[in-house]
Amino acid sequence: MSLIGMMPGQGMRKARGRYKLAKYECVFIARQDISATQVEGLCETFTKVITDNGGSIAKTENWGLRTLSYRINKNRKAHYILFNIEAPAPAIHEMERQMRINEDVLRYLTIKVDVFEEGPSVIMQSRQRDDRPRRYDNAQTGDANKDAPAPAPVAAEAAAPVSEKATNEGAEA
Amino acid sequence: MSDDDKNSGGERRPFFKRRKSCPFSNAKSQKIDYKDVRLLQRYTSERGKIVPSRISSVSAKKQREMAKAIKRARFLALIPYVVN
Repeated sequence: MSLIGMMPGQGMRKARGRYKLAKYECVFIARQDISATQVEGLCETFTKVITDNGGSIAKTENWGLRTLSYRINKNRKAHYILFNIEAPAPAIHEMERQMRINEDVLRYLTIKVDVFEEGPSVIMQSRQRDDRPRRYDNAQTGDANKDAPAPAPVAAEAAAPVSEKATNEGAEA
Repeated sequence: MSDDDKNSGGERRPFFKRRKSCPFSNAKSQKIDYKDVRLLQRYTSERGKIVPSRISSVSAKKQREMAKAIKRARFLALIPYVVN
């Protein structure tokens, strides 16, 4: 603990009389097979790594299960998580090392930013905008899936059991 | 901007197309963000290629930013590398 506590002090530069931590945006993608609670567990472990190394997490955003544009390690979907981190570089290195070790993490991207975005990111905004009319549609007409190109996770999950049932029936018959 | 406007008064050259200004260079225009999938998709072709700036009329500076954002989004599988 004391060793880790020393590291930020050495790594940081003094900017105009006070310590200034760099700001980072980190997005990581986790395997689709893990549950939502496991995703939260992952978030907690990485948050702990950052805080233990003298940083802080300004915001955590869970984008949920999204369809990938292409397959990554045979995964078609994945959990997306965004961190806004204010931390010294060693903390970031340690977190990235942990992400490389962890097999549930498919990819990560950490970017240094000058200022954090205010409010929810574009993805969350678009999700909220997309979700509302679709739910309304479903409630009204049941199977009206007009937005076929961009199916919401909810719609995809709802569709999956049906197809399974269909194949089961086919097998029985 | 004002220069372009003067040139575009072109009755002399009938096939001179008026140069549109960059959609991102305005102070209050949209920020280029690798998370903004819808915006990035507007600047990629149907095949998933980055649209050249001479077609999209994005300034050179913003085009570099845009290319970087698109490549980041591709890495995170938010947008595809290739569309078949």
